[in-house]
Amino acid sequence: MIGFSRVPLLAAGVFASYPGDHSILHPAGPQASNIEWLYWVIFWIVFVVYVVVVLGFMRAGARTYTSADEMLPIMKDEAGDRRASWAVGSAITITVLTLFAVLVMSEITGKKVEGETSKNPVTIQVIGHQWWWEVIYPDPQADQTVTTANEIHVPVGKRVVILTNSADVIHSFWAPSINGKRDLLPGYSSAFWLQIDQPGVYHGQCAEFCGLQHAHMGFSIVAEREDAFSQWKAQQLKPAQDPTELVTVHGRDVFLSHACVMCHTIRGTDAGSRLGPDLTHIASRQMIAAETLPNTPGALAGWIVDPQRIKPGNRMSPNPLQPDDLQALITYLQTLK
Amino acid sequence: MAISEPVVVPQSGAADRLARTWAQPRGFWGWFQNVHHTAIGVRFMVTSFIFFLLGGVLAAMMRWQLVRPEHNAIGPDLYNQLFTVHGSTMIFLFAVPMMFQGFGVYVVPHMCGTRNIAFPRLNAFSYYIYVVGALLLWVGLFLKTGADAGWFAYVPLSGPEFTPGKRSDFWAQMITFTEVSALGVAICITTTILRYRAPGMTLNRMPILLWEKLVTSIMVIFAMPSVMVVSSMLLMDRTINTQFFNPSVGGDVLLYQHLFWFFGHPEVYIIFLPATAIVSTVVAVFARRHIFGYVPIVTSVVATGFLGFSVWVHHMFATGLPQMSASFFTAASLMIVIPTAVQFYCWMATIWHGRLQLKLPMLWIFGFFFVFLIGGLSGVMLASVPLDWQVHDTFFVVAHFHYVLIGGALFPMFGGMYFWIPKITGRMMNDRLGKIHFWLFFVGFNLTFFTMHFLGLHGMPRRVYTYTPEMRWGALNLLATIGVVFMTAGILVFIANFFQSKATGRFAGPNPWGAGSLEWATPSPPPHYNFLELPTVNGREALWEAEPNQPIVGGVREDIPEVLVTNTLDSEPEYRDELPGPSIWPFLTAIAVSIAFIWSIFSPWGIAYGAIPVVITLIGWLWPRGHSPSPRVPEPALEARWIR
Amino acid sequence: MRNRVSIAMTILLLLSITSCKREERQLRPDPNASQTLNTVQVSGLNPGANSISSPPPAGQYEESAYAVSQGKTLYNQYNCVGCHANGGGGIGPPLMDNNWIYGSEPGNVFATIMQGRPNGMPSFRNRIPEYQAWEIAAYVRSMSGLLPKDVAPSRSDQLYVKPAEQSMPYQAPAGVTGEPEEKK
Repeated sequence: MIGFSRVPLLAAGVFASYPGDHSILHPAGPQASNIEWLYWVIFWIVFVVYVVVVLGFMRAGARTYTSADEMLPIMKDEAGDRRASWAVGSAITITVLTLFAVLVMSEITGKKVEGETSKNPVTIQVIGHQWWWEVIYPDPQADQTVTTANEIHVPVGKRVVILTNSADVIHSFWAPSINGKRDLLPGYSSAFWLQIDQPGVYHGQCAEFCGLQHAHMGFSIVAEREDAFSQWKAQQLKPAQDPTELVTVHGRDVFLSHACVMCHTIRGTDAGSRLGPDLTHIASRQMIAAETLPNTPGALAGWIVDPQRIKPGNRMSPNPLQPDDLQALITYLQTLK
Repeated sequence: MAISEPVVVPQSGAADRLARTWAQPRGFWGWFQNVHHTAIGVRFMVTSFIFFLLGGVLAAMMRWQLVRPEHNAIGPDLYNQLFTVHGSTMIFLFAVPMMFQGFGVYVVPHMCGTRNIAFPRLNAFSYYIYVVGALLLWVGLFLKTGADAGWFAYVPLSGPEFTPGKRSDFWAQMITFTEVSALGVAICITTTILRYRAPGMTLNRMPILLWEKLVTSIMVIFAMPSVMVVSSMLLMDRTINTQFFNPSVGGDVLLYQHLFWFFGHPEVYIIFLPATAIVSTVVAVFARRHIFGYVPIVTSVVATGFLGFSVWVHHMFATGLPQMSASFFTAASLMIVIPTAVQFYCWMATIWHGRLQLKLPMLWIFGFFFVFLIGGLSGVMLASVPLDWQVHDTFFVVAHFHYVLIGGALFPMFGGMYFWIPKITGRMMNDRLGKIHFWLFFVGFNLTFFTMHFLGLHGMPRRVYTYTPEMRWGALNLLATIGVVFMTAGILVFIANFFQSKATGRFAGPNPWGAGSLEWATPSPPPHYNFLELPTVNGREALWEAEPNQPIVGGVREDIPEVLVTNTLDSEPEYRDELPGPSIWPFLTAIAVSIAFIWSIFSPWGIAYGAIPVVITLIGWLWPRGHSPSPRVPEPALEARWIR
Repeated sequence: MRNRVSIAMTILLLLSITSCKREERQLRPDPNASQTLNTVQVSGLNPGANSISSPPPAGQYEESAYAVSQGKTLYNQYNCVGCHANGGGGIGPPLMDNNWIYGSEPGNVFATIMQGRPNGMPSFRNRIPEYQAWEIAAYVRSMSGLLPKDVAPSRSDQLYVKPAEQSMPYQAPAGVTGEPEEKK
């Protein structure tokens, strides 16, 4: 049948052109690998089932009496029915056994995926907001707690546990190359384990409809070597450098005297609001606006002046700044590495 | 064996008397007083088809917005309303009203061999309530008050803080309207099937379609209250400040999901089971034999009805469930595949050991086999928890449910339309146009939805109004949008075919397909009294196993609208019941109930004050009718008996 | 039958031209409205002063449930609750009663937010964009039941500290002297 024969063509085209940093079929860690294995096993099972059943229907319908315009007389085929009873009975038995096999494999995979825990994981708290991700690396010592947004760094090869929560509606944390998804439910906190074995940047996206900008609520997980990770963490703990040049001082003043300070924190200045993402190290991130725009001066300027154009309905107000002020602000923000 | 034509013993003037007795009033106000099941059934089917087209327009708009990355044709607010109203329309305003309500109301009394459906006024009321609910949702969309939190409207997004205005309230009340409507029809159909069957139609001889309608009705009765409760709780949270779903004071957002999906999963079986019944019926007719495995199929239908209530948590696998819970619901979700597989094998055996005549309705059934099977098998993938963790809430799920809903319900629906429309309108539909419709739709559907499997596997989540070019989903989305063109063309061909055939099609006669169930014993279109002579039944296919001197039922009066009530198990005649004639009260009550419900969106006093007109109209409706006076004939002649 | 269908279609089309003001959502505010005021304002700063006439912008905020709901969110996020609690006051005066020291018209409340007031009300000029200040002003008025019930926000998903604004009884503004003014 026509729809059926498109599969190989499409499959070839599709799989050839999409490299994987956000695909279920390109796993980068044990959880996603196990799930990918399960996917292929079940896929081939259902593929065989489909082919067999379709062939069965085609054989069953092979002899048709289409030329007859009148309806043929009613018939009986008792011998055929007896044979069919055996066939149908066997088919049902095979079906039950196949489903049982699928169940067992699912259980095994589920246990493997959930079993990748550790007594000494890297702990990360992810709190979903409309429409960005608050990322906290908690520490018993308060001044060792890292707070950032949208970009998560993890060391390669180590178990990581994500403690989920939501500040408003239900979101869902999903990086397809890493693991399945976990819903962030307000009022619930759950532990979600992951591990990444290959260094790289892995894209994730919110997978539970959360309002106007659900489409633009992405995040990324940067997996790097242990020493790079420690370096990154140490850097994130530092407060923002005091600006020294005239233009960056002016930029900081613009930040502190406009609406920015109502929502954003830059540690090391007086700005301490927790409504929006923490900007203390904004220049260290690869993308801004929850993985919507690249972190370049032009994009940053466009975002600051008119965020509603890019993400209509999000919580950041437009800021029509004077050109010099805007330029100074951008320059200052770019120093916040 | 030869099909017996129904033997009509002509009685002088019987047809005229019956026509007068069962006549429905004409004219503008007469339209609102009609209580005959054929009229109400046709209204359900026509109205739901119109909403199907409207929902399809929304889908086309959505696909247009997604055709390329960062397309700015439709903004996020409108897009959210589009997919919410599309989903709600297709599920609440099209699938159930068409497959279960409209088709059931039309065909069940015919198949039972009786003259009208049980509780005819409740049936009519259900239609008006459904129309008001449907209009509520769509008028909301036109007034920018379209529901915008998804067709299942999870809290807290649909709750008071995150959906300001009245959008979710309109959605919640639309649920109330449509579920009251479905419950009403379920009650009518259950009673008809259990009590109005022709003598001789024991439960063991009941057509599979009647079994299915019975099971579906009971599913409706158990499932609908759950969604009415949860939508009412949402409404109360939003209007009178209850705290059901407010986590900070002890409410629970997962409670909403559990209550919703306890309805939501049986709902899809409420949509799917009518389709399987159409398939069982049509397959038997076009394989020119009794369906293979009547008992296994009936058992599967009943088993699906039960098991449908045990799988709802598979919609919540990503919420962080305890492992035991996930395992149980995986097992249950895999188990529910078995009854459907049994039916597939029985259908295959029927065709294999039959004499297949591949006419147009059967072509659609083959389409169902090939398309639904893909959906069912992707459902097996989704039942497996770890895999569901990856593909939940992605376009993979969108592909899956469109395969099972379109493949599993729409294809049999179109097949059923080509099968039964000759009965309803009296004219055959054009065969060539029907085949063009099939191929256009089949190609377009697969083009659109098969590509969505890949989109899901490559990480595209649901309900996104756009995506960035870096994701590289553009090519597949373009393909998916192209498929819409084919599907639209197919549907337009169908509509043209319908109107053309209605005007100039070949006359169908009572039984153009040589089918075996009782509705084919009436003229096409059937008169309001359905059967000139009330039939009796000898076997599972009434007309195929009717004898040359098949008894008919005598003694049921022709001067008042009377039906024969039979025993539930053995269908032995018990007594005769006079049904109400045409009445304006169902319409007036529907208006009063609508006023109360819509008022309650804006003020809780709507329920209190709105109850007054409801009470008044109910008094009018339930005012005792009394019995029609008996004619002056001796009593024994009035007993229902078998004429041998 | 055809007449009925065409009547229904006509009604639907007409409805599509009108729309419900309550549900208007302006996601991208007018660029002027997001200016933060840069000029020095001089006003008659005494209790019961002439109300600043409500310029047209107020209407579009007070009629839109979305705008009022945004105002409620901003009221919490910008820490108005720090002084005014959830309307009952504390350090600052209560906002859900009918005493309006500086007037109850939307323009008055907007001016109060933008200019600041003696005894501790900060000026948020340059900090809060104008359109957000209008939204907050609309919300503040809803706390005294001055907005229609279908526009006023429902309860929030937080601790239940007071009835939702849509349940608030209408309180005719009395001004600081405690006598009801004429209802405007």
